[in-house]
Amino acid sequence: MNAGPVLDIRDLSVAYRTPGGDVKAVSNVSLALQPGEIVGLVGESGSGKSTLAYGACRLLRAPAVITGGSVRYQGRRTSGSADVLQMGQEDLRKLRWREIAIVFQSAMNALNPVLNVRDQILDGIHAHLRISRAEAEAKVESLLDLVGIPRSRLRAYPHELSGGMRQRIMIAMALAADPEIVIMDEPTTALDVVVQRDILGQILELKEGLGFAILFITHDLSLLLELADRIAVMYAGQLMELGTSAEIQHEPAHPYTTGLLNSFPSLHGPRRELAGIPGTPPDLRRPPPGCPFLPRCSFGTDACKQIDMQLAHVETSPDLDHVTACPFVLPGGQPAGPTALREGSTA
Amino acid sequence: MTSAAAEPGGFLSAASRRGPLAMEANSLSKEFRVGRGQVVHAARDVSFNLYRGAVVALVGESGSGKSTVAKMLAGQERLTAGTIRLDGQPVELTSLRAFRRYKGSVQMVFQDPFASLNPVHTVRHHLERPIRLHQGRKSKAELRAGVNALLEQVRLIPAEQFAEKYPHELSGGQRQRVSFARALAAQPSVLLADEPVSMLDVSIRLEMLSLLDDLRNRLHLALLYITHDIASARYFADEVLVMYAGEIVERGPAEQVTQQPAHPYTQLLVASAPDPDNLGSTLRSGFQASAGRGVAVAEQGCPFSPRCPFADDQCRAEDPAPQPVSADRAASCWHLDAAAAAAVATAGESEV
Amino acid sequence: MTAAPTIVVDPAALADEPQVRKLGQWSRLPVKAKAGAILLGLFVLAGVIGPMVAPYSPDYQSTNPALALHAPDGQFLLGTTQSGQDVLSQLLTGIRLTLELALMVGVIATVLSVVVGVTSAFLGGLRDEAMSLVSNVFLVIPQLPLLILLLGYLPQKGQTATILVLSLLGWAWGARVIRAQTLAIRNRDFVAAARETGESTWRIIAVEIVPNQVSLIAASFVNTVLYAIGASVALAFLGLADLSSWSLGTMLYWSQSAQALQLGAWWWFVPPGLAVALIGTGLVLLNTGIDEFGNPRLRDAARAVRIGGRKQYPADPTPVWQPGEQPRTGIGRLVHSFSRASLADHGSAAGGRAS
Repeated sequence: MNAGPVLDIRDLSVAYRTPGGDVKAVSNVSLALQPGEIVGLVGESGSGKSTLAYGACRLLRAPAVITGGSVRYQGRRTSGSADVLQMGQEDLRKLRWREIAIVFQSAMNALNPVLNVRDQILDGIHAHLRISRAEAEAKVESLLDLVGIPRSRLRAYPHELSGGMRQRIMIAMALAADPEIVIMDEPTTALDVVVQRDILGQILELKEGLGFAILFITHDLSLLLELADRIAVMYAGQLMELGTSAEIQHEPAHPYTTGLLNSFPSLHGPRRELAGIPGTPPDLRRPPPGCPFLPRCSFGTDACKQIDMQLAHVETSPDLDHVTACPFVLPGGQPAGPTALREGSTA
Repeated sequence: MTSAAAEPGGFLSAASRRGPLAMEANSLSKEFRVGRGQVVHAARDVSFNLYRGAVVALVGESGSGKSTVAKMLAGQERLTAGTIRLDGQPVELTSLRAFRRYKGSVQMVFQDPFASLNPVHTVRHHLERPIRLHQGRKSKAELRAGVNALLEQVRLIPAEQFAEKYPHELSGGQRQRVSFARALAAQPSVLLADEPVSMLDVSIRLEMLSLLDDLRNRLHLALLYITHDIASARYFADEVLVMYAGEIVERGPAEQVTQQPAHPYTQLLVASAPDPDNLGSTLRSGFQASAGRGVAVAEQGCPFSPRCPFADDQCRAEDPAPQPVSADRAASCWHLDAAAAAAVATAGESEV
Repeated sequence: MTAAPTIVVDPAALADEPQVRKLGQWSRLPVKAKAGAILLGLFVLAGVIGPMVAPYSPDYQSTNPALALHAPDGQFLLGTTQSGQDVLSQLLTGIRLTLELALMVGVIATVLSVVVGVTSAFLGGLRDEAMSLVSNVFLVIPQLPLLILLLGYLPQKGQTATILVLSLLGWAWGARVIRAQTLAIRNRDFVAAARETGESTWRIIAVEIVPNQVSLIAASFVNTVLYAIGASVALAFLGLADLSSWSLGTMLYWSQSAQALQLGAWWWFVPPGLAVALIGTGLVLLNTGIDEFGNPRLRDAARAVRIGGRKQYPADPTPVWQPGEQPRTGIGRLVHSFSRASLADHGSAAGGRAS
């Protein structure tokens, strides 16, 4: 039984080489995924959350380049941990889909429009698993049962199915090789709220049954508060805060997290004052010094330009793993004392 | 909006700010003929009023017919049955001139900011055309000033620089603002917003909605807000209409409909929305949101009956007529009492 | 809700954005397109100034029998024909005539195909069905036999007649393709938005839809020019063109009828044949280049990007590059692979590899 994290990302940096300069899409992000855990990755468009996840699997195409850090994978079927960044083509092929599977954002675009459901899943199975044709077909049927699609739709084409069904097929394909980690990139964005709830419930059931870890990427924090065990908040390619969902919801230790929490209208409970976060994310070609959130932060001061964006333990939290990049603001909007600015932490 | 937040009689204060009747939709119906003689009822007997300065939300899932209703009101789809009245006059779009005149009063904003702007034209071109068409002859300088004024109205500053940009150089939120500006160029009295923020990030949705609110206020627009997100309807709209399978199944003041939903489908919608204040209540307890998944809509009787926990033979035989729930609320269900009782019971459970 | 927030962008920041766009279209074209354009450019130049710099008039016939079928030498750079005519001069005249004809056909046929394709897609219904039927008929009819028939029966076989006939048969393919693309564009939101603004149908077609098809129309044009060259040369070779004019095709016709091949007079048919082949090649290269340029997805799919001196193909895994690491090319990498440092790297990687 492996004790360590199943995916250990340390100090990862990813940049896009463009004629106008390097776009630093991800800067020094560290994240560890424990077996069977659901970690949510939340941020606006352009915050680097998808880049982080795909970069860790080496799925990004040039001109994306990984400029630093390490990614180690350790699953039930591997002996010891493997460095994903050093892997060759063949090892990566074995890693992808069998150990780490991905459910993409827009199922309509990710499914092949000229293959029916059965052929599509069979295609994936044959590419990665060495099993007989009969076994493969039986597996396809059991997968569809698993995600709740009636067998009558076995020969249907993607355009004949509803959005919810297509997403379920993507999930079925991802689970075909019994992976250790499933990365879900905004799987329910295009779906209605009722279908979304169904699918999220289904995902939870499957996770309990099969025991895989989930890296759930979304811009909708309200989903993660219900679904995830831990939540990582990203902004402008950097991690702002990392903690359990209860901590993030009740004791957000970063102004950006607080802003996100105030951004979605809640249906239940009294009508709150809604604020949102005015402004736009910075240009990642010329990242500003210090904290990238400064221009939009209501607590920001000049001192914020000096900090080095290291994640530090939140003072008032009993949980050592609740970390934040903001040394000045405590949960509740209280200013942190002068001791918050650690020795040697200024750049 | 902020003034309505604390008042229990939210609807009354909204009513007091609503202006004259702008648009009446009476018994709108739309049928599509799909091969082999089959007919799809995209909209059935839809009626409501739009008042200047007030927001009406049309809430429903995809396939509920809400976009069809919007297109009918915009003049993009022909009505199979029913009438539309604008400022008291019946609407008849027989010629291009009549259509253009209608467009000068009723404008629609589209959902997808990435598809609703032509990629080969600048923002200036997108805004100059409607100004020319609806605001009469203008000199070059007046056109320029008009474009800048529009961009400033949607808070894209500096206007001069935004005017020269191509759509691919703008973010989703900025593009959507340009779409608003384009609609406003026609100086309409009615604005139909078809899911204006669904494709934008959650963190900028509030900005956009508050921009719309601001425009509604300043320009005294009658706003129809179409969405599948009933939570945003609670905050943004004065009145909420819930649509299912082409029919309006519930209507009433936004706060009341979202806090005490009467119709079983509205209850389902409200229960399905993520509820951060009630962590994991529905998700982790294995609550089955719908009785059956992907079930077809019933042709006869109440369209919601296949999924409804309270359905019985009467429901399957007869399509419910709107039953009054209170002075200003109505819902189309034969078993409103049973639904209300079940709602109280569930609320009691979650308190525990 | 709070007051509507303003999006204010620092004007300095907006103006400061690297003007990548201004790098000019030329440098952004793929190599294929540049090669094709240069090749064609040479021929167009030859066509424009050729007849003016030709040493002789193409039908000047020297009466000296010793100069007939003379191999290339100082006086006749490409030799002479059976009647003592200078092949080079004929070639230069021929290039101009052939290019003229092909370009005319290209223009007429492309205009026809755009008009038919776009309106039939946009109007839909019965009118669309009718126009599609017409273009399908033109497509299905065997082209060359029809060309031969038409030209055979026309009283006049001059340049104009050939242009008209070729245009008549050359528009159908482009019309189909443009129709398909128009159908796709027609359903996009910005077209509906233009209708919302109150635009008339014709304005929508001309201003909103057609500008989005420029790359397709350009490709269709180049294709048609290619077709026109091939068809006109084939017709002339068969003797169905105005044989008193000096196009590349008639040169081939005359050389064939004088049995130049058997007589070994390669200088008579190789230059025109080569010219036709090179013009065709240039057009094809240009076309593929336009395709890639116009469709960003094709461009990204095909292009291998250079990172740190190494080419990265689309299917390669994300490159890992530590700044400060020297980019190694070919020989450098070979040498480095023997070094101790490199062996140490491989050792640690092998130890942790997944089973």
